[in-house]
Amino acid sequence: METPVTAALRTESLSMHFGELAAVNGVSLSLARGARHALIGPNGAGKTTLINLLTGVLEPTAGEVYLGGESITPLPQHRRVKRGIARTYQINTLFANLTVLESVMLAILERKGFGARWWRAVKDYREEHGEAMALLSTLKLAGDANTRTAELPYGHQRLVEIALALATRPSILLLDEPAAGIPAAESVEVLGVIAALPADVTILFIEHDMDLVFRFAERITVLVAGRVLVEGAPDEIARDPGVKAVYLGKESLA
Amino acid sequence: MKPGLPAVQIAFWLLPIAAFFLLPGYLVLGSQILIVSLFAMSLDLLLGYAGIVSLGHAAFFGLGAYTAGLLAAHGWGEPLTGLLGAAAIAAIFGFVVSFLVVRGEDLARLMVTLGVGLLLFEAANRAAFITGGVDGLSGVTMWKVLGVFPFDLAGKTGFLYSYAVLLLIFLVLRRVVDSPFGLSLVGIRENRKRMDAIGAPVNRRLVAVFTLGATVAGVAGALLAQTTQFVGLDTLGFERSADLLIMVVVGGTGRLYGAIVGTLVFMVAQDYLSGINPVYWQFWLGLLLILIVFFARGGVLGALEALWKRR
Amino acid sequence: MGQAIGVLFDGIAYGSLLFLVSLGLSVTMGLMNFVNLAHGAFAMAGGFTCVLAMTRLGIPFLATLPLAFVVTAAIGAVLERFLYRRLYNAGELDQVLFSIGLTFMSIATATYFFGSSQQPMHLPAFLRGQFHFLGGDFGVYRAFLIGTVIVLTAVLGFLLTHTRFGAQVRASVDDSTAARGLGINVDRVFSVAFALGSGLAGLGGGLGIEVLGLDSTFPLTYMVYFLLVVVVGGVGTIKGPIAAALLLGVLDVAGKYYVPQIGAFVIYAAMIVLLMLFPAGLFGKRR
Repeated sequence: METPVTAALRTESLSMHFGELAAVNGVSLSLARGARHALIGPNGAGKTTLINLLTGVLEPTAGEVYLGGESITPLPQHRRVKRGIARTYQINTLFANLTVLESVMLAILERKGFGARWWRAVKDYREEHGEAMALLSTLKLAGDANTRTAELPYGHQRLVEIALALATRPSILLLDEPAAGIPAAESVEVLGVIAALPADVTILFIEHDMDLVFRFAERITVLVAGRVLVEGAPDEIARDPGVKAVYLGKESLA
Repeated sequence: MKPGLPAVQIAFWLLPIAAFFLLPGYLVLGSQILIVSLFAMSLDLLLGYAGIVSLGHAAFFGLGAYTAGLLAAHGWGEPLTGLLGAAAIAAIFGFVVSFLVVRGEDLARLMVTLGVGLLLFEAANRAAFITGGVDGLSGVTMWKVLGVFPFDLAGKTGFLYSYAVLLLIFLVLRRVVDSPFGLSLVGIRENRKRMDAIGAPVNRRLVAVFTLGATVAGVAGALLAQTTQFVGLDTLGFERSADLLIMVVVGGTGRLYGAIVGTLVFMVAQDYLSGINPVYWQFWLGLLLILIVFFARGGVLGALEALWKRR
Repeated sequence: MGQAIGVLFDGIAYGSLLFLVSLGLSVTMGLMNFVNLAHGAFAMAGGFTCVLAMTRLGIPFLATLPLAFVVTAAIGAVLERFLYRRLYNAGELDQVLFSIGLTFMSIATATYFFGSSQQPMHLPAFLRGQFHFLGGDFGVYRAFLIGTVIVLTAVLGFLLTHTRFGAQVRASVDDSTAARGLGINVDRVFSVAFALGSGLAGLGGGLGIEVLGLDSTFPLTYMVYFLLVVVVGGVGTIKGPIAAALLLGVLDVAGKYYVPQIGAFVIYAAMIVLLMLFPAGLFGKRR
């Protein structure tokens, strides 16, 4: 049995080298179960690369990733998804020609292991249909259910991106700039939906909008040039001189 | 959607029956159209649903044809088991090749499918002592279908036999494309990255659909061998793979009916125009392709759908 | 041993020719990510230009070669400007269909004007026959071929590494978005490169009449070989197609000489194996 101290998701000296360049350099990060953890840093700091390493899109050049107490470093992406790690992409990665409902159904059916079933029509999966509509309702997308994803306005597409991640019922949710492209008023709502997820879901999100970060994060990690600069509670980060130096002239904090 | 209406679909499937009675002189061409429709549907599975562009799909068609042909030429002329044998061989071969196809990036994948087709063609060409080489495989004598219906010269048995197999397999394939598996194929086509991100074992699905496509193609090839009682090298040729690609696109990819419509249009046009002047046929076909790419990407059914939406 | 040298020599000649024609394809596929199955049609156009020039205009063979280059480059420039350009961002299927369509049209046109039989070829006297070298007999024309290709490759290599245009091409192949960001007119680079590549193919077609033959089905017959050379060698590189073309040339000639029963089988099998081992090509970049 796990002790309460075991992190939900943990990395140990994780590194990703592209030739000479170390995009991620010896990052040791620990996410407690139920965390609302933000990852911030200047452009090119390696935040997206870190998420790619956590989800298995990239194989690290050094270091380990642990889920619970178990090393998942050798696992490919789709296996990690099955273990409960889901992500959203910074740039919408959607099924352009499928409707919103079809897209979400696809994710739900995969989660339940029905993805390979070939004898029953998708429209006959009533329970999953209900679940899909419920999920869309929480994201205010119910009205778009039968619209082709390509025809949606950008903000709604962003929400579909989040819906797809949520449809896998993740225990760990990694969000790459979830509010990018969503008008300010709605982005608070969206992050609110995310923060309101069950307490045992662990959330790590990358954001540039400091308002959102300080509103929803309980812990913040600052990544600069592939290394962790500092990590701590929001007010600690706001006061940290190193962080201020990095952000000087860019945005004001809190 | 227009073809979705059950009445329209039933009418569609009654057309061949009508043709059987009204156009007795065209039954041989008719069987060919039915058989190639089946072949085209198998390619649509790969192309229209999973998004795999294959320039060598005829490899499986030819394999099925030669398997069924050789079985019959060497004494076992029972049609249905011949179909099963062809299906099995095509399935095994498709399964093996699928691993090659699944691995590469787009371009390498295209070349591999092309290479496999050409490879098999060369092999069949060289192994003339088995396949009859350039002269083709003759001596394919078939027994009666279900022990009752002999293959006649007018092509009546061949026509109904092909029709029955086509309809049966169509019904199965339609189930497949409407199922979660079918939806996952479209998902893979639309955005492979996203499929990985929702936990789908993409390679496994591609192997499955490729094997399925190969199997159906093999059955179609076997039908051709059995109804014409001859197997030529052209069943494996690049021309056949390319023509098939064109048929599926002309009809409209990603909807099984498109494959059938496209085959019908193509083969009727070819029968008519190629007879007049093969050079003209090739020229206009090339031009048609270019026009389709620029103006009518959804093919015949796509254009009909667009018109339907606009009314 | 003498035979092996002869086979090697013929193989290298054949490979050089394939390389010359395929070079243009490698650049356009690398630059524009465009699957162009119609590349062989440009080679054919060059070949027919030479034939026409020789038979109708009485121009000597060697003089028809630059003509073939210019005519084919012009055709390429026009097609690129009005057709190819519109499909750069289209899917793979669209590009395949388009280029197959173009191929069919070119074959039909060639058949209509020239018939479907092999075009007769009469080399000037000084290019015929064989010469002795270190105890072996080598074909004069094949030696001429190899020499020409070496010179052309050197010139092109120089162009690529020592001229501004060459630098622009290399930048655009590497990363067209970044190149645009640097102020490089990538569209113009594409057009010129496409025209050049087509011209080279035409030149290769003319040079190749003696070795590869020329008939109206040339584009389909040799389509695989050009694609193979580029994809196995590595799209967008020059080293790649050189290696692949020489390998293919030697394998093909050796295969037909030593094991004629197997023939082209070996080539296709080798291609599949090589693609499995090197999915991005022998010298290709992993994109």
